[in-house]
Amino acid sequence: MIPRPHGGRLVNRVLTGKRREALLREAGELPSIEISYERLIDLMDIAYGAFSPLEGFMVQEDYLHVLYDMRLSNDLPWTIPVTLDVDPEEISSVKEGDDLALKYNGEIVAVMRIEEIYGWDKKEYARQVYKTTDKNHPGVAKTYHRKELLVGGEIDLLREPSHPLENRILWPIETRVLFREKKWRTIVAFQTRNVPHRGHEYVQKAALTFTDGLLIHPLIGWKKPGDYRDEVIFAAYEALIKYYYPKDVVVLAGLLMNMNYAGPREAIHHAIVRKNFGATHFIVGRDHAGVGDYYGPYEAWEIFDEFPDLGITPLFIREAFYCKKCGGMVNEKICPHSEEYRVKISGTKIRSMIREGKIPPEYMMRPEVARVILSFKDPFVH
Amino acid sequence: MGEEKVEVKITIPKSLYDKIKEEADNAGFTDIEEFIRFVLEQLVESGETGEELSPEDEEKVKERLRALGYID
Repeated sequence: MIPRPHGGRLVNRVLTGKRREALLREAGELPSIEISYERLIDLMDIAYGAFSPLEGFMVQEDYLHVLYDMRLSNDLPWTIPVTLDVDPEEISSVKEGDDLALKYNGEIVAVMRIEEIYGWDKKEYARQVYKTTDKNHPGVAKTYHRKELLVGGEIDLLREPSHPLENRILWPIETRVLFREKKWRTIVAFQTRNVPHRGHEYVQKAALTFTDGLLIHPLIGWKKPGDYRDEVIFAAYEALIKYYYPKDVVVLAGLLMNMNYAGPREAIHHAIVRKNFGATHFIVGRDHAGVGDYYGPYEAWEIFDEFPDLGITPLFIREAFYCKKCGGMVNEKICPHSEEYRVKISGTKIRSMIREGKIPPEYMMRPEVARVILSFKDPFVH
Repeated sequence: MGEEKVEVKITIPKSLYDKIKEEADNAGFTDIEEFIRFVLEQLVESGETGEELSPEDEEKVKERLRALGYID
């Protein structure tokens, strides 16, 4: 059974028709601020229900509950604050209770009803969310660059800029209708920001053995330098699905969402968002959403013990490797052989081979996938 | 976000209470109240989608899914 959205109701704050036209006219007269691309993505995730039950950017009560308890003030699990940062001078002409137009690239995209304007402690935010205040952590560095105040309140999306990959992006209501059309009752979601190697394929197929369908859900949004570009990830997955997956059991759809690299907290966040997209199960990787050595390899699994009321089932599938003795992809739970027979599938190694224009060995990556990646002049984010 | 709460007092057999407590502990809930609230929410909400979608809107969604090749 497709789960109800987090909090029970799928949020929809995308205005259409006459209401949208009227509000767009009114918005032209309102004070306005310019928002960054990342906040635009948050805005769209709120408006289209990916962040249900959030109806807007967080007010202080929710912000503090999430920061310290990993729950909203109504006790629902939520682990990453969703906030709009502003400079004091930007909002000097507005007060709580006013409406504020939000602009992206000079064009009005939304209206926000200001419920609260409050200060925040960035270092404390970093300590709680990222478990480190080290500015070498990409999420911490971004936090330190954000503005000094936060503005909370409900939003209405009026307009969205076009996106080069908009035809790859599905929103929660669309995947929910799609899963019903396909008559899937159990759906496992796989989060990724990488091109697929044999280890990913193994994990996905292991999960798919027990569910009706698989949602491969690459993140489209800010990524760190060295990550694969979005269009490369899509093309690589299309090749994998075409040659190695049965036709009617996989949906590949982009998720427009920011990546925080917040490790365990972000694993919970990713699971909640996938529940909103209609998934019943969520694959949690080893060091899920981690970066560097900031989190223990299994911290992202252990944190799920604190959320028995999540409403989506995490699947902890061990990392796969190739065993020469077994003659295939296995994991440490099912392979009795020693290290000398085991060949680890290293994303870093594959990346450096791709950089050199080489096709990785077949036990690491399907040749059809590697050829597609190499067909791009520059597959990486800079 | 803070929703108004009401207090409900119910009487249940001791044997049922013990079973519920055991289930709550096994499932990792911090207390029995949290577990009962979760079970009741699941029960009440089952069968409803939580989506506000008119037939016209659903058709629009299907049109896009068809155009993108997700459904025939």
